Amino acid sequence: MNRLMAGHLPSYNAPAMPKPRPRPTRVVHVLALLIALAAAATRPSWAQMTVEITGVGSQQYPIAVAAFKAEGSAPQDIGAIVRADLSRSGQFRMIDTGDSPIAEDERVDLIQWRARGADTLVVGSVSRLADGRFDVRYRLYDSVKGTQLDGLAYVSPAAEMRLTAHRIADRIYEKLTGDKGVFATRIAYIVQFSPTAYELQIADADGANSQTALRSREPIISPAWSPDGSLLAYVSFESHKPVVYVHTLATGARRAVANFRGSNSAPAFAPDGKNMAVVLTKDGNSEIYLIGIDGSSPRRLTFNDAIDTEPHFSSDGAWIYFTSDRGGGPQIYRMPASGGEAQRITFNGDYNISPRISPDGRLLAYVSRRNDLFQIEVLDIELAQELTVTDTVKDESPSFAPNGRLLLYATEVGGRGILALASTDGRARARITGPSGDIREPCWGPFAK
Amino acid sequence: MRSMRVLFIASAAGLLAAGCASTKLDEKPAPVVDQSKSTAVTPAPAPAPPPVARVEAPVPPPMDPLNDPQGALAKRSVYFDFDKSLIKVEYQTLIEAHGRYLVDHASRQIKIEGNCDERGGREYNLALGQRRADAVRQRMELVGVPVVRIETISFGKEKPKAMGHDEAAWTENRRADIVYR
Repeated sequence: MNRLMAGHLPSYNAPAMPKPRPRPTRVVHVLALLIALAAAATRPSWAQMTVEITGVGSQQYPIAVAAFKAEGSAPQDIGAIVRADLSRSGQFRMIDTGDSPIAEDERVDLIQWRARGADTLVVGSVSRLADGRFDVRYRLYDSVKGTQLDGLAYVSPAAEMRLTAHRIADRIYEKLTGDKGVFATRIAYIVQFSPTAYELQIADADGANSQTALRSREPIISPAWSPDGSLLAYVSFESHKPVVYVHTLATGARRAVANFRGSNSAPAFAPDGKNMAVVLTKDGNSEIYLIGIDGSSPRRLTFNDAIDTEPHFSSDGAWIYFTSDRGGGPQIYRMPASGGEAQRITFNGDYNISPRISPDGRLLAYVSRRNDLFQIEVLDIELAQELTVTDTVKDESPSFAPNGRLLLYATEVGGRGILALASTDGRARARITGPSGDIREPCWGPFAK
Repeated sequence: MRSMRVLFIASAAGLLAAGCASTKLDEKPAPVVDQSKSTAVTPAPAPAPPPVARVEAPVPPPMDPLNDPQGALAKRSVYFDFDKSLIKVEYQTLIEAHGRYLVDHASRQIKIEGNCDERGGREYNLALGQRRADAVRQRMELVGVPVVRIETISFGKEKPKAMGHDEAAWTENRRADIVYR
């Protein structure tokens, strides 16, 4: 499995004179990129998406991230990637450091940095090793207390330099906010280039490194990650009706797991990774069923004449949240994951769909239609307080980051389908635009193992 | 020609009747009948033509009503109001006509494809399109079509026919299509 092992750098207390540099502990840094192409990519890979920050969080940590010192040229600008990650979270305000790189073993004047407005300072270096890999080191200082908060050394193959930068950003984020960072995660989404050209793509959480898992002349919707990130389920219309597939990312092998008479849709993996929920119409109208991830043993969970759709498991596997119009119009309900009596959750407005429960179970995100506008709401279940978290008005498909702090969703701006980010307090906002086509149906992947 | 023969006989008879008086043979010859001035000759009636064999052209089979562009089955689409799957009165006859055709042609099967306009979530719209296709099927069941001959599926809002973003396009896309297999 993939395990990150990094050497801790000895603690270094500024502004004392630099101690002689101890021998760094060499560690093996094992990270495997899991994504493989399902079909030979005959066209060049899609260029990176553009991220535009349109709102910042209510609390922002002022941080200075210096350029990493590199001997010669490094394949990636680590400092720039870290800065972009932290900015995109909306929880950090970048203090300008100029262009001068600062290595992790250099003496720094933390009082000066504090005077410049930075509560924390990040410095580091990148060196090429004899075998072609890179030695990436960083330190995080608290310039208010004058102490080191973190220091690590990584050994990274050239192809994984972006991932290494994301890991550093994750560590900074965690040290300062107490929450796990999501900068090293991946997202899946669909791009429509024309009415006869669709692609299911996977990219890094910052939109870089997009890879195509499926190319089709017919629509693809509803991608869903397996809990361990190795599989994607989705609905494909390639047989001119909706069919649910489970797709193994590493090999590109896929299997139609729900291809019953009628429509098959809305796949959602159970947290145990062995079962999934789907919506089938084989026995009448749209109903929720549990099936094995290989498509075996369908078991019906809902039994009424109304539409029951969009099942989504809670992280503990105990509940399924879903959309039903059994009350007249679509609202969010939940039922025990093994089936049983459903309890209504949403009561504001007459159209609430696409439920997503946060990993800690405290927040419910959904799309609400009010006055012909579609926006994402976040309901604090315990406080029974609802907050509109987006400033866009054609929202679809909310998806929580695995740390529960950010929502990724699809919307439309200027006639183009784009992705967007919103923090759960509604303050931090960003828009993610692709180079071409309309992007839709995003789904945030799990923490990398 | 008969008349010429008659004249010759008459002339010859006249010469004989005159006795044996010798008459020079180079007397005025017998008048030659100018055939060009013959009196009307009744043509002999033509023989009756041989009887014409009566060939029956193959009678074309009655046109399959499904293929009649002017017929009741030419229209295959049912349209719906926003957020609704109710079959409007104006489409009931059309659906029942297709239903009766299916009852009369036991080997035919259909697929009914439900669609929605672009507004709203994809999965909820998939279910709404399904409900529209099912509403059409239920109406056909009322006229006796066995359910097994109808598969209902939905495209939700994924396969719009009209690409605009206005009321006209939305109306066109809120639609169930009857597709014969």
